[in-house]
Amino acid sequence: MSILKIKHLLGLEGVSAEDITKILETAVSFKQILERPVKKVPTLRGQTVVNLFFENSTRTRISFELAEKRLSADTVNFSASGSSTSKGETLRDTVRNIEAMKIDTVVIRHSSPGSAEYLTKCLDAKIINAGDGSHEHPTQGLLDIFTLREKFGNLKGKKIAIVGDIAYGRVPLSNIYGLQALGAEIMLCGPPTLIPRDIEKIGVKVSYRIEEAIEFADALNVLRIQLERQNSTGLFPTTREYFRFFGITKERLKSKPEIVILHPGPINRGVEIDSEVADGENSVILEQVTNGVAVRMAVLYLLSGGEEVRENQ
Amino acid sequence: MKFKTKETLLDSLGFARTISRLAHEILEVNKGSQNLIFVGMRSRGEFVAKRIAKKIEEIENQKIPVGVLDVTLYRDDFRTNLKQPEIRVSDLPLIIDEKNIILVDDVLFTGRTVRAALDALMDYGRPSRIQLVILVDRGHRELPVQADFIGKKVITSKGQEVRVKIKEFDKEEDAVYLVELEEN
Repeated sequence: MSILKIKHLLGLEGVSAEDITKILETAVSFKQILERPVKKVPTLRGQTVVNLFFENSTRTRISFELAEKRLSADTVNFSASGSSTSKGETLRDTVRNIEAMKIDTVVIRHSSPGSAEYLTKCLDAKIINAGDGSHEHPTQGLLDIFTLREKFGNLKGKKIAIVGDIAYGRVPLSNIYGLQALGAEIMLCGPPTLIPRDIEKIGVKVSYRIEEAIEFADALNVLRIQLERQNSTGLFPTTREYFRFFGITKERLKSKPEIVILHPGPINRGVEIDSEVADGENSVILEQVTNGVAVRMAVLYLLSGGEEVRENQ
Repeated sequence: MKFKTKETLLDSLGFARTISRLAHEILEVNKGSQNLIFVGMRSRGEFVAKRIAKKIEEIENQKIPVGVLDVTLYRDDFRTNLKQPEIRVSDLPLIIDEKNIILVDDVLFTGRTVRAALDALMDYGRPSRIQLVILVDRGHRELPVQADFIGKKVITSKGQEVRVKIKEFDKEEDAVYLVELEEN
């Protein structure tokens, strides 16, 4: 075993099963640290991480910031409002200026797909994608997979259905690539307007009926409808109608008492999921949040790992 | 890097005797085994700790808790030195506050691992006392760290290494070797 093959975490597309497994296994140790009286280790002392959030975020930003602090890194937060981007500065100039202040790692969330990858061309720092538009959100994918592994152990042959807004979300792609690398089977489910055409070509099943997805799945990853990214209206009539056709209710899950329910948050209760299910015993939604910190610690730790110099005794 | 075995410091019989002596010494100094928690450092310290604890259990007829500590995250050579920054799970008894900790490792060399272990332990709580048990002390300290109980003290040169083999971990007979490293 050596350190990761990837230098940055831009997405889970193309990341090897070996790297993913290494991150998840390291996260197990970090999760344990979070249970101790002193929830902090000195490993990244002296390293500086900048959290660049050009888009709103509660969970991801706090989770990254906690992960950084638990590893003793220095953190700097940046949010687009109140910054020079509103004065017309380009992304490239913003980050080059920040890098000139001597930083080691950049965590970026941006509304444009590919923005994280773009940064790797402007900077020497390690880049971690915290969501780029509707492209990928790799740490969310990893924490979902981590949570599933806690429930199921080996994911080979396990059936996961991703339900809801596939086209405008960034969680689906990261989940699909990560889960496929570990050998899970995936079904996407939602109204046809929210599922990209020809998505079957990347090796997933598609269903437009929630009953079929529930029948198929060992676990459901229920996604929020990304109203803010759907620039045209009319993709589905009303949220009430969406709930009636795709909402996850206790009634619908009757045939599958053991099914595991994930949701990346934020939850719109009564739209994609019923409160009874979100707070019910099949739900691992809050475990996902806890695991998120451990997984992000593992990513930060492994990406800033030492260089191979000499064998130590 | 090649190496050749220069000397067998302990064979399996000597190994067993050393474990036995360490167990008696620990009991003598601590006046019994009350309040003791053994903590072995990964990887081989864990098994040395379990051996000594088992011996004490035989003598005292009392269960001795044994924990395992992984100090990778506390090392001072994280960025420069680590070939594999692979961390493994620590497994410590829940509460170490007010406990008398017997910290165990196989080889004491620079003292840096022990420094890391002390920091790690402090993050788990506030033990009333920590004592250090070492199977082989090979000198060349870089930090002011001394062991309370030493299995064997050997004089080594820097080009040599002490290799501990323990059945549970290495799948071969218990032994301690002094080996000579050869650059090639």
